[in-house]
Amino acid sequence: MDLTYTDEEEDFRARLRAWLREVLPKLPDRPAATDWPGRRAYDTAWQRLLYDAGYAGLHWPADAGGRGATPTQHLIFLEETERAGAPYVGANFVGLLHAGPTIAAEGTAGQRARWLPPILRGEEIWCQGFSEPDAGSDLAALRTKAVRDGDAYVVSGSKTWTSHAEVADWCELLVRTDPEAPRRRGISWLAMPMDAPGITVRPLRTLTGTAEFAEVFLDEVRVPVANRIGAEHDGWRVTMVTLSFERGTAFVGEVVACHRVLVALARKARDNGRWDDPVLRRRLGHLAAEFAALWRLTQWNVSEAQHRGGVPGAGGSVFKLRYSHARQELYDAAAEVLGAGSLDADHEWFADRLSALSYTIAAGTSQIQQNIVAERLLGLPKGR
Amino acid sequence: MDFHLTDDQRALRAGVHELLAGRFPRERLRAAVDAYEAADGGPVLDRALWRELADAGFFSLLLPEAEGGAGLGLPEAVLVLEEAGRALLPGPLVAGVLLAGAVDGVAAGERVAGLCDAASAPALWEHPSDCDEVIVVAEHAAYRCAPDGLRTAPVRSVDPLTPLARLLDGPSGAPYAADVPRLRREAVLLTAAQQLGGAVKALEAAVAYAGQREQFGAPIGSFQAVKHLCAQMLVRVELARSAVYAASVTEDPAEVSGAKLLADEAAVRNARDCLQVHGGMGFTWEADVHLLLKRAWLRAESWQSAAAGEEALAAALADGHIAV
Ligand SMILES: Cc1cc2nc3c(=O)[nH]c(=O)nc-3n(C[C@H](O)[C@H](O)[C@H](O)COP(=O)(O)OP(=O)(O)OC[C@H]3O[C@@H](n4cnc5c(N)ncnc54)[C@H](O)[C@@H]3O)c2cc1C
Repeated sequence: MDLTYTDEEEDFRARLRAWLREVLPKLPDRPAATDWPGRRAYDTAWQRLLYDAGYAGLHWPADAGGRGATPTQHLIFLEETERAGAPYVGANFVGLLHAGPTIAAEGTAGQRARWLPPILRGEEIWCQGFSEPDAGSDLAALRTKAVRDGDAYVVSGSKTWTSHAEVADWCELLVRTDPEAPRRRGISWLAMPMDAPGITVRPLRTLTGTAEFAEVFLDEVRVPVANRIGAEHDGWRVTMVTLSFERGTAFVGEVVACHRVLVALARKARDNGRWDDPVLRRRLGHLAAEFAALWRLTQWNVSEAQHRGGVPGAGGSVFKLRYSHARQELYDAAAEVLGAGSLDADHEWFADRLSALSYTIAAGTSQIQQNIVAERLLGLPKGR
Repeated sequence: MDFHLTDDQRALRAGVHELLAGRFPRERLRAAVDAYEAADGGPVLDRALWRELADAGFFSLLLPEAEGGAGLGLPEAVLVLEEAGRALLPGPLVAGVLLAGAVDGVAAGERVAGLCDAASAPALWEHPSDCDEVIVVAEHAAYRCAPDGLRTAPVRSVDPLTPLARLLDGPSGAPYAADVPRLRREAVLLTAAQQLGGAVKALEAAVAYAGQREQFGAPIGSFQAVKHLCAQMLVRVELARSAVYAASVTEDPAEVSGAKLLADEAAVRNARDCLQVHGGMGFTWEADVHLLLKRAWLRAESWQSAAAGEEALAAALADGHIAV
């Protein structure tokens, strides 16, 4: 149990801080939430800066173009960029956290050379085409079909809730290549170019008021067979690699940010007198314990990954279950501090209160996470 | 940074687990409950077992090697007390670990020392008939007392293996020179460690029962409603574990408060959910679930209540004394 950082790790932190101090003041203003081309440009420019400074794909293996950093260095990177107020991963999310790691783990040398460098340089944006209208939690029910025609698959069907679809160059697409096989053995993983003929993207307006995800309709879209990652019909297994990455370290920066919001909440409550209410004080005190513990749990999970050669474990599900709930509680507490002021949609906490609502749904609902924890970690029998 | 247990720490925990499984198995636990009931009061502790624990180094953990101790730190003490909590081992264990250097005979298990928090109201004293000496800890000072020098009123304890007495007078006796804030902090932390162990035990018992009890032709653990109770029990354990272990390393006051708060919650709520998973069996005296719950209730009131912990954390938040 050693919570101190080694000299090497502190060195890494110091160099990163110095770099952040230098580059952050030069960044342009953040684009409006509705300005998708602007958001893409902003996010990719930031990724390019990271790349040029040697911070892109920090935790990716060296043979995938990454820096082969340890999980702890990656943790420090996420922590420090958040503390410094650096941009979020934004539209680079799927490329850096899902598609990229999958291609790094399962792709051929040629596929890695084709797709990984542009992700790291911020040149190409990916989206994730997994969910369908009739396949959400039950992802293996997906029906979008791909039929072999020479050296291409002809893909038809529809995807939904696809984040960043409007600005993506590529889609990591799950398709059914064998309709006869048992559900999980007839799926393949394809890299689909988003400018291929036959693709229609229809943005969906979310409850935040902006279009954060989209429906994607596929009408006989030709995707080269060479774009398949992994063996034909083996896409389910390939996908599971991606999903564990998603829950591994995706929320490190946010825990730091939540603590900062909590401190601001306490200040606000003292200013407006609500601090005199012991019920509110205790609620904030409890949240302080939760976020401090979530930070320690993150360090615990990172240490575990480090012992297992960088592979994130099932601890991510435990973390996500509690964190998604705590984040919602945080913004409910914020509303209590603000009182009727929480009804002002222009308040800085308003958008986060709304977006927090998606945390118990996206990337596996809390109910599904509880099934995973009960069956895989506790060994309880599968339900029927 | 490497938050994981070292090989030595892992071996220590496994060793304590094995020792307690051998010396204080379930039959001993239940026999102790029966014996105490039959005697209708009096001492609870098995002095021979207490000496065995001492021989195994239980109470000399934190003593420097020069004084015959193991020279270990709070992280190791936390691991040992987590296992004690998991085995539902009764007795003033926290006092034993924290007072081994100060009260004669405690390290060797020859004499039993107690700690009593006089700042709580009512001021309750655990194991009054077992203690050979008591350190009464007021808000800012501590006093050394002989057990018969304290005026007490009997209290029928919620926990069948933790007898209680209520102190009738304010603290008195010879001043006990100690860093009182530190003593309190360590008592809070080690109590939290026992709660963590209790929460682990409740989870284990619930999962074992859910895998074995059948209804509707299937193990009840295959029903989602039961699965989700168990999953949340694990979430509470993992969160509390991270908090308790980290607090044992940093000894930061706010972090210690948070660790106790989350460990109390894990112990109490896990015992409640464990009871629910056991159905009618969970409501019986015969099942161990009530022992877990009652011990958890008792410890949740010891050294730091939920209200006090949350207020302390709120104050730390407002003063910028808590960081992530
Ligand atoms: C903001 C946001 C962004 C997203 N981005 C993407 C993306 O980029 N790409 C992508 O592919 N997908 C994306 N998703 C989709 C997301 O993965 C799904 O919404 C999620 O998996 C749930 O599926 P569903 O919406 O169909 O809900 P359903 O599966 O219909 O679930 C509805 C309710 O039923 C419960 N339920 C379902 N099955 C069970 C069960 N077996 N046991 C217990 N309860 C159950 C669920 O927990 C939930 O409460 C995104 C979602 C959100 C909210």
